[in-house]
Amino acid sequence: MQNLEITNLSALELAEKIRNKEITAVEAVTAYLNVTEKKDKDINAFITVCHKEALAAAQEIDAKIAKKKKLGLLAGVPYAAKDIFATAGIESTGGSRILKGYKPPADATAIARLKEAGAILIGKTNCDEFAMGASGEHSAYGATKNPHNLKCVSGGSSSGSAAAVAANMCAFAIGTDTGGSIRQPAALCGVVGLKVTYGRISRAGVFPLASSIDTIGPLTKNVCDAALVLGVLAGQDKYDHTTLAAEVPNYLKSINKSSALSESKKKPLQNIKIGLPKECFESKISADIRDNVNKVIVNLEKLGAKVSECSLPYMKYSIPVYYIVVPSEASANLERFDGIRFGLTSDDDSSLIDFYIKNRSKGFGDEVKRRIMIGTYTLSAGYYDAYYKKAMQVRTLICEDFKKAFTKFDALIMPTTPNTAWEIGKKLNDPLSEYLEDMFTAPANLAGLPAISIPSGFGQNKLPLGIQFIGPQFGEEIVFKIGSVYELSKS
Amino acid sequence: MLTQEEIKKLALLARLEFTPGELKKFGSQLSNILDYVAQLSEVPTENVEPTSQVTGLENVLREDEVLRRFTREEILSTSNQSKCDGLIKIKPIFDRE
Repeated sequence: MQNLEITNLSALELAEKIRNKEITAVEAVTAYLNVTEKKDKDINAFITVCHKEALAAAQEIDAKIAKKKKLGLLAGVPYAAKDIFATAGIESTGGSRILKGYKPPADATAIARLKEAGAILIGKTNCDEFAMGASGEHSAYGATKNPHNLKCVSGGSSSGSAAAVAANMCAFAIGTDTGGSIRQPAALCGVVGLKVTYGRISRAGVFPLASSIDTIGPLTKNVCDAALVLGVLAGQDKYDHTTLAAEVPNYLKSINKSSALSESKKKPLQNIKIGLPKECFESKISADIRDNVNKVIVNLEKLGAKVSECSLPYMKYSIPVYYIVVPSEASANLERFDGIRFGLTSDDDSSLIDFYIKNRSKGFGDEVKRRIMIGTYTLSAGYYDAYYKKAMQVRTLICEDFKKAFTKFDALIMPTTPNTAWEIGKKLNDPLSEYLEDMFTAPANLAGLPAISIPSGFGQNKLPLGIQFIGPQFGEEIVFKIGSVYELSKS
Repeated sequence: MLTQEEIKKLALLARLEFTPGELKKFGSQLSNILDYVAQLSEVPTENVEPTSQVTGLENVLREDEVLRRFTREEILSTSNQSKCDGLIKIKPIFDRE
């Protein structure tokens, strides 16, 4: 098989061909490394490419196949991980200067589980520093460019993961989603992005942003691959006490069921009730996005779904709540970066406090500094009640909105983003306008809900659009079902 | 609007420092963000419980046992500071007086 043919395969197809000895793991890794070498000079999706390690891992898989040993679900499949995941012995920067050169002593649980399943890490992807940003520009290692138009942002913060999947530089990628950091770049780059229920996947070994809402998940070429990777990652972990004991369903099997349904029935979504929050269209969104949502709804109705309007009256407060909760928790989480135990250190030798100040001021970028400052303010004595506590109370109201909606609907539909990708630099000095790009993604984070973004066409400017399906907690299967049926209907 | 003095004080609490140019830029950006999030004050929240945990977990405990995942050398190897007898050397935290 030619390189191009290999890199056009989905993760599921590639895993099957490797298992059936049609392609070797070394061929698969080489094919992806070749594409990366050619394209990544322009896109800047990777901070580190693991040539040597990936080829060595591929040889091991091929040796296992030759000896007819038992193989994991993802044996030989090359993937990329956001640089915010700790990878043993491989530089893990979080997109920050403060961790330049940092090589963690162990793998994050997600990385370990993927390794166990035979997946091969081919590189660490670029991201907004410590996952703070919605453009991919806030990285100490340069902006990630959108593969569909190199003058535009890729979205963020899992910028490199989305761009790497979109440009076929890996079979799938993993990222983190605290307010849309998987779904938003996935939408802007035209790939599938899954945000899971809070606690569904272990976050152990992932640099934390806002602990009460951080999640991790896959970015993939199609819905099926998202289900496949989730099956490997999901489940309780003794190193992350927010993971839940809830049983991990066979996601792939349930998707196969719904695609079988798609083939045999004209209306595979019969009896599925989908709610459209009317507040979506009351917000400032581009005409392209509005038209696209309406088009998708017509399509879903043809497939048998019943789509009707609903209301989430407190959703409009998601961004203000988010920009109190996240900076507050981030300012506490980032206290660990003092320049002593890891990362960058200055040669200031006046006093310990000046030493901390120098390390942190030199090591952190602007967006991180802004959020640390906001968080320090909102958590300080006298302001805690007015900001942090107030935000947590409004968060309760947002959660209740969703709970009410899910008594009537199986899932909700919303655009993933209010706009398509914008020009690099356009929002760099206007943080608020960038924050508002998360208006449709942050609500699911605040309520801990699973949500998927699926490519739904292109705007007038030829840039990708994404449609989002949100399910109740632990409702990954329902968003997969609607998502895969919708995806099949497009092709 | 945050004053320059308030920003300097916050910066010290957060162990950060800014140049005069940055102070000005951050000052107006931070004030804009704080003004924006202040719209929450229009939402009545009397008797509304705050939410910090969404999946209903409470007090997850484990046995208090020592897990040795890493050797001392592995942990020390991530630090760029000078080391002495298996410890990281830092600047004095008390005055010598």
